[in-house]
Amino acid sequence: MKILTGNDLKTGAVTWWDGVQWSLHVEDAVDVGEHADTILAREMAARRVNAAYAIEAVKDEQGVRPAHIKDRIRAFGPTVRPDLTLKPADPTAGDWVI
Amino acid sequence: MYKYDTYDQAMVDARVEEFRDQVRRRLEGHITEDQFKPLRLMNGLYLQLHAYMLRVAIPYGTLSSAQMRMLGDIADKYDRGYGHFTTRQNIQYNWIKLEDAGDILADLASVEMHAIQTSGNCIRNTTSDQYAGAAADEVVDPRPYAELIRQWSTFHPEFSFLPRKFKMAVIASDIDRAAMKLHDIGIQIVRNDAGEIGAAFYVGGGMGRTPMIAPCINPFVPIDQFITYSEACLRVYNRYGRRDNKYKARIKILVHELGKDEYTRQVEEEFAHLLSQNIEPPLAELERIKAMFADPPFEAGAPDELDRSDPDFALWVDNNCVTHKQPGYIAATISLKPVGGIPGDASGEQIRLMADLARQYSFDELRVTHAQNIVLPHVKKADLYALWQVLEANGLGTPNLDLVGDIIACPGLDYCSLANARSIPVAQKISQRLSGKAQEIGELKLKISGCINACGHHHAGHIGILGVDRKGVENYQLLLGGSEAADTSLGQITGPGFDEDGIVDAVEKATQVYLANKEGGERFLDTYRRIGMAPFKEAIYG
Repeated sequence: MKILTGNDLKTGAVTWWDGVQWSLHVEDAVDVGEHADTILAREMAARRVNAAYAIEAVKDEQGVRPAHIKDRIRAFGPTVRPDLTLKPADPTAGDWVI
Repeated sequence: MYKYDTYDQAMVDARVEEFRDQVRRRLEGHITEDQFKPLRLMNGLYLQLHAYMLRVAIPYGTLSSAQMRMLGDIADKYDRGYGHFTTRQNIQYNWIKLEDAGDILADLASVEMHAIQTSGNCIRNTTSDQYAGAAADEVVDPRPYAELIRQWSTFHPEFSFLPRKFKMAVIASDIDRAAMKLHDIGIQIVRNDAGEIGAAFYVGGGMGRTPMIAPCINPFVPIDQFITYSEACLRVYNRYGRRDNKYKARIKILVHELGKDEYTRQVEEEFAHLLSQNIEPPLAELERIKAMFADPPFEAGAPDELDRSDPDFALWVDNNCVTHKQPGYIAATISLKPVGGIPGDASGEQIRLMADLARQYSFDELRVTHAQNIVLPHVKKADLYALWQVLEANGLGTPNLDLVGDIIACPGLDYCSLANARSIPVAQKISQRLSGKAQEIGELKLKISGCINACGHHHAGHIGILGVDRKGVENYQLLLGGSEAADTSLGQITGPGFDEDGIVDAVEKATQVYLANKEGGERFLDTYRRIGMAPFKEAIYG
């Protein structure tokens, strides 16, 4: 599947296109199929996202998982600071990245 | 320490307001990201893996207590409670909001700091010896010369859009503690047989994808001409450096392709021309700057003995402190490399604590080292035990300077959008695995980069590690034999790479080969140079 990611213009936070708006959670990401360029142009022009791009991902029982480790780290947070990730209470959450 | 004059302060204040307006225009949609990006980069604001990252300049690594305290406050007020000290003697914050950027720069300006020259194809923040002004072996304090370079290079209209970024380092000792020969221009302040001060110029060094050691192109430029000579070096580069290929745009490529002799000839020709233009800053300005770097009021006759009865303290003194030029004083390094910790990271609380300790024990002064540690440069020996007790109680007393746990590591793929692999977890695992043997292994400089840009100086590590992306999987190459000291050398790759656990095993095996083969007081590097790569390869891959 092809999903979209970028950063919030004001805060820089990593966001994911959920079909309607930009979510902080990669599990909300939706397959944009052939519409990536259209959505990216529209959303960046409206400043609802910054520096956005399309990536490959797969959807399995664990949810949406970006194909490349760099985007998985973007989705999760720094693996060396679990306290700063989106799942600070889950000590095994980082396993998803690797 | 240097104090801003009205011109310095006015320039920095004006830049804050200019950038505040640029941010406002970006947020309101008056300028696009393509238009805004070069503007934010000129103010040290990157967009990294998780958020905006702000890199703050710390000229030649020197800080006052007030400045250090502000860095801690910024970590807590605008970031997530910590900062990362870098191999360029700067500090980076990883979680900055664009809407806060103007306020942060204003806070920095209030303590004579900024984020200018920390990005872009300009002359970057000049680095220096972390023991400058304290070292017993220096010819002079190199910082006034670094400060003069700062003033000359800041907003220099001719050099604001160079073919590529440009890094300079200034030292004044034969022992190189600033990786001087691995800079675009490395300057060693020297004294000639007549007792005159001059500058030896090393040009065309660097790491990155094409590592090169800078050759000396002029062993003695009179000190009242060294800015003019720097201008000549830059001008030849600016004229002929390759702008068509980013990967061949650094000055090292130009010097290599022209050859040292031809490049030097062109510099000397330009230098002769520039001398007639009278561009050198007046000596009075250098003297004005030098006066601000006068020695602090050392106590004459301060006791030179240390009570070493506490073995943990004695170990820390032996590992982390160096001789001071002033009897009764010592330069103490605070390791930011606790066992299993993140190299170079410090919490806001720790940063403020170090600021307070500098105020109490080191004449208000701190230094950031290129090895991502902090130095209190002027500590009275009589105060050292009390200082150490506070450090030890706050997780800052690790006695591992230049040992295997004192690892340089770039932020890597955990933070950096350029990285191909994570650096920090590898550093943590090596630290945990080998720190128990650190004293037995002795001096071993281990440096890790998460990509070929080499921010972690892997080419120059006694042991270097380079993280690469192999079909979407992290892989680590091992290098042996590098050095960034006066005996500068570039490490050689041992062979095929390893996964994360494999590279830790390989490093351990390399240390075992060293311990099995060392003679006398040899360091790891000495043994490697004597016995060569073969025994290491055999142990690692055999």
